[in-house]
Amino acid sequence: MNLFADALAWLTDPANWTGPFGIPTLTLAHLTYTLLALVLACAVAAPAGWAIGHTGHGRSFAVALAGAARALPSLGLLAFLVLVLGVGLKEVATVVVLVLLAIPPILAGAYAGIDAIPRGTLDSARGVGMTGWQRLWRVEVPLGLPLLLGGVRGASLQVVSTVMIAAFIGLPNLGTYLIAGQRLGDYARMLAGAILVAALALVLDGVLAVAQRLAVPRGVRMATAAVPA
Amino acid sequence: MIEFEGVTKRYSSASGAAVDDFSLVVPRGTTTVLVGSSGCGKTTLLRMVNRMVDPTRGRVLLDGEDVAGRDPVALRRSVGYVMQNSGLLPHRTAAQNVAVVPRLAGRDRAAARSRSLELLELVGLDPELADRYPAQLSGGQQQRVGVARGLAAEGDVLLMDEPFGAVDPVVRGELQHELLRIQRELSRTILFITHDVEEAFLLGEEVVILSRGGHVEQRGTPADVLAAPANEFVAAFVGAHRRDRRLRVDERDGVRLVVDGRDRPLGVLTDEAP
Repeated sequence: MNLFADALAWLTDPANWTGPFGIPTLTLAHLTYTLLALVLACAVAAPAGWAIGHTGHGRSFAVALAGAARALPSLGLLAFLVLVLGVGLKEVATVVVLVLLAIPPILAGAYAGIDAIPRGTLDSARGVGMTGWQRLWRVEVPLGLPLLLGGVRGASLQVVSTVMIAAFIGLPNLGTYLIAGQRLGDYARMLAGAILVAALALVLDGVLAVAQRLAVPRGVRMATAAVPA
Repeated sequence: MIEFEGVTKRYSSASGAAVDDFSLVVPRGTTTVLVGSSGCGKTTLLRMVNRMVDPTRGRVLLDGEDVAGRDPVALRRSVGYVMQNSGLLPHRTAAQNVAVVPRLAGRDRAAARSRSLELLELVGLDPELADRYPAQLSGGQQQRVGVARGLAAEGDVLLMDEPFGAVDPVVRGELQHELLRIQRELSRTILFITHDVEEAFLLGEEVVILSRGGHVEQRGTPADVLAAPANEFVAAFVGAHRRDRRLRVDERDGVRLVVDGRDRPLGVLTDEAP
């Protein structure tokens, strides 16, 4: 209990809320890496997932990729990339690792979203004379969006927790509190860092959960509501 | 006018033909019903008209022009298509679903909307329901919207793939009579598919009875088929031997009652024209 009280005291100490290693600065840095990685991963994985869902080709490739990515040791990869790219590019190395981590769940969400659309709906979109692109943008993407955002949610949790490893190579973020705390034997600071990361993850997840709900088209929400549970 | 000329479709080289050497002419402004049990290739035949399926051999002509030479997207925009389970887009309202067709044909939003409302009225959908989503409509109402969407195509051909198969019998009857009324007004060239002989006889000016592989067992008016089934398959399919198809007149107190083979009275015989 003492440790929690200490962590709380640390969190509420005004001294920890200012300066280059203050809570706002490091939280912002943590959030910046997370969002940058998610945006880049979406830019790659969403179109790729849509292509797989739209054409029905490449699903086994996506599954294999997701499996491979899960086996990827993030810290090892980060160290390797820093060695290859050079210490001057350690920010780039960090973002690359985070993007690779975020791609599989977003890819799966993008194609699962299209996969889950009833065949009759897609068939009729084709039957009224929509082109492939029109079907993609007017039917598949809007109806698949909630599942895509589900994938982004999953990715965001992984990315938020993995950003911390960048503190090992000297990039300040909330992980810095854990590493510095461990070196100094300052367990209150370590716990405070962990609490901050967890809180950030929960906030991000909450925001994305709301986005996911809003992404369900009105007509579809009514269909779900109409079906008795 | 729709013409099938020696059309064959194989989905894979290993399997047998889904449709084997099928020919048919659907004259302009008439309703032809293809009727057969599942697996007879009727849906395949229908979908060849708007190139949802391409034949392996043979040709399908629309007003004399081979559809194989037409761009599939442009072709589908000009041919009305009504599907079982409506196939409406769940994220668009009834009016928007119908308006998709004129919008794709290049109409502006306002023109598409007014055309859509006009068609929804034609198919007998309560105007208050126009801005509801499919999930808020009953099965019968959804099918009405589906028919309105089919009618929104600017060409005169309307393809209907078991459009009333999934609604309850009472609503089905209503929809069938609405279709007859609409057809009297619009005289579209309709190719209709069903597995229900009663529906085929009610709606079709010509009925084509199919067995496996799109093989034509008999074609003709409903009266022709019922009067002289071409073979045992047709007789069994249309239920020519069924006792409720064998009607006779029973005179009672000077009134001529029509009764079926189970002695159920069906109506009264009169000399008045309907």
